[in-house]
Amino acid sequence: MSATFLGMPPFPEAAKRAVEDSRTRHNLHKATHTIRAKRTRVVDELGDDWQRLRAEGERIKTHTLRHLDHYLERLEESVQRAGGTVHWASDAAEANAIITRLIRRTGETEVVKVKSMATQEIELNNALEAAGITAYETDLAELIVQLGEDLPSHILVPAIHLGRAQIREIFLQRMGEWGRPAPPDLTDDPHALAEASRVHLRELFLRSKVAVSGANFAVADSGTLLVLESEGNGRMCLTLPETLISVVGIEKIVPTWSDLEVFMQLLPRSSTGERMNPYTSTWTGVTPGDGPQDFHLVLLDNGRTDVLADTVGRQALRCIRCSACLNICPVYERVGGHAYGSVYPGPIGAILTPQLQGMASKVDEALPYASSLCGACYEVCPVAIDIPEVLVHLREKVAESKGHVSEKALMAGAEAVFGSATALDAVQRAAGLARGVVPRHLPGPAGKWTDTRDLPDVPARSFRQWWNEREDGR
Amino acid sequence: MRIALFITCVNDTLFPDTGRAVVRLLERLGHEVVFPTDQTCCGQMHYNTGYRRPAARLAVRFARTFENADAVVVPSASCAAMIRDNYPRLSRSGSRLARRMDSLAPRVYDLTEFLVDVLEVTDVGAYYPHKVVYHPTCHGLRFLGLGDRPYRLLRAVRGLELLELPEATECCGFGGTFSVKNGDVSSAMGFDKARHVVETGAEVLCAVDNSCLMHIGGTLSRQRSGLRTAHIAEILASTEKEYART
Ligand code: SF4
Repeated sequence: MSATFLGMPPFPEAAKRAVEDSRTRHNLHKATHTIRAKRTRVVDELGDDWQRLRAEGERIKTHTLRHLDHYLERLEESVQRAGGTVHWASDAAEANAIITRLIRRTGETEVVKVKSMATQEIELNNALEAAGITAYETDLAELIVQLGEDLPSHILVPAIHLGRAQIREIFLQRMGEWGRPAPPDLTDDPHALAEASRVHLRELFLRSKVAVSGANFAVADSGTLLVLESEGNGRMCLTLPETLISVVGIEKIVPTWSDLEVFMQLLPRSSTGERMNPYTSTWTGVTPGDGPQDFHLVLLDNGRTDVLADTVGRQALRCIRCSACLNICPVYERVGGHAYGSVYPGPIGAILTPQLQGMASKVDEALPYASSLCGACYEVCPVAIDIPEVLVHLREKVAESKGHVSEKALMAGAEAVFGSATALDAVQRAAGLARGVVPRHLPGPAGKWTDTRDLPDVPARSFRQWWNEREDGR
Repeated sequence: MRIALFITCVNDTLFPDTGRAVVRLLERLGHEVVFPTDQTCCGQMHYNTGYRRPAARLAVRFARTFENADAVVVPSASCAAMIRDNYPRLSRSGSRLARRMDSLAPRVYDLTEFLVDVLEVTDVGAYYPHKVVYHPTCHGLRFLGLGDRPYRLLRAVRGLELLELPEATECCGFGGTFSVKNGDVSSAMGFDKARHVVETGAEVLCAVDNSCLMHIGGTLSRQRSGLRTAHIAEILASTEKEYART
């Protein structure tokens, strides 16, 4: 069975373990800082144009989401007109059932996969495995994660937490179980690793009759789907097999082909820090004699219409999964993706996952607090999702739910003090008197502060005491 | 100009020197400072932790207290940002709070904004013979957009040597209740920030917000680094004459 996020501890606990893992932290620091610098370079070179593009990206997505029913019907019509079949899946179970049925109909027991967050979200590989179908990940980083029975830790680079030496180990030990083994003299040279995966994957590309993909965009007007990638492995899956099944979240729609002009600039620059990604594949239904002759589009809701109903939270559906917010996030940089216990890690994960699946579990409930609200994510987001605003909004929902008794009492106590200047003054005077006896290590939750940081000295007189004495002396 | 000081609860309670420095500085520049004593807290902690209603009640108190002020100066970028960015979110449109904030919000300034934009001074006549490094706090940098204002003020201080902080724009990890709710990540961020500060060889770390300084300073002090922290107001308030006295 492939790995799953189920059963992971809530963020604070998982994060504690993660910050202590110095090897992973080193890998993450290096990777995030490299990609940040690349992004900054290609965003800055656009000058003021960048903010205009960003505003336009936000506008197109907001408009489309407001009229989503209309554009979804339009997309369905266009895809069908172009010879594809459209399926609607309200949740993960339904999507997995549809995909399993479609694969079974072909008589195949193997599929190749294009890197896709939607299929991660519905845990498709596990569902297929249970149905006796083997799904081969063909994106290099996804392949590493799959072979290592690991979990993805980044939207774009799922193996970002691993170094070259670790990847070499995984290839040497596991590749043979899935197909052609890695050469025994494999080194950790990036070219050697890429070559080993190339040879391993080629056999799968040539043999597979069915492919499963996601899509970065779906154009309502023409019924065209797009995948942007760096390796070309996705294109192999999209062109060689006979059957192609694409699983696409309903928020991936853009109205027209010309809207892509904006997103084709925003996405590569934000995600890999390139002006343009190496491979952009587009396909419209079925083209006779060229590529897969049987095409299915599975439109996935899985909580998205609930998110749409939340006037503050719905902006999360604008996300184009560029991962710029992960790369810039100081929290993500120190804990990595696994600590979030969610398919979508980092700042976007902290606002998307609790909205898609609700906040009934301790893990989901902890996610909105996995941020210092520093605002760096909002600043880089190419579709201007105000992530801090949504985080606070979700915190309000947690604070309004049952439980959290001691925190509620503390907050009520603080409000009572701040509700009256006299009360505040009394507390300040008491603190001033007790200043010599504040212990260096505090008990309870405050101990989380004093474990690593000293407290400031409490002054003998508050500012307002000083002010009042000064006024009296005049 | 008659300037109303919103000291903030953290400064009032834990960092009165900052408040005294603001008063000294603004009076030295020839202005009258008033301190409306009804003021308490902007509600930032409640708001950021998800306690919306208490935050809204504190917003109403703030708006009532400062309604008639010509200008409100706040020596804390995060509190100034709370008032300007989040109070509108706390008030229903058309409500009394919304109407009050529409007129009040543009008159609320972080100290460095007020000096540079309203009083139009960068050389405030200060003297501070130390090696100083400036940490641009997240609220100052990204929410208020203070830009180079603090740097311009610091560069004009006589005797002061301004050093460059590596990875300056990265959050120090304080984040209010984040510092306890996610204490391990917060500390990890604080360690890295403290390391960068120490590497510069500075004697003093300054910022526009004492809460961030309390976090980085608490880390530096636990590490016995010997480095001091000072709110930018304290640097800008100090003069040669006062220096001779201390
Ligand atoms: S939230 Fe914004 S920055 Fe983060 S992945 Fe989505 S589009 Fe990119």
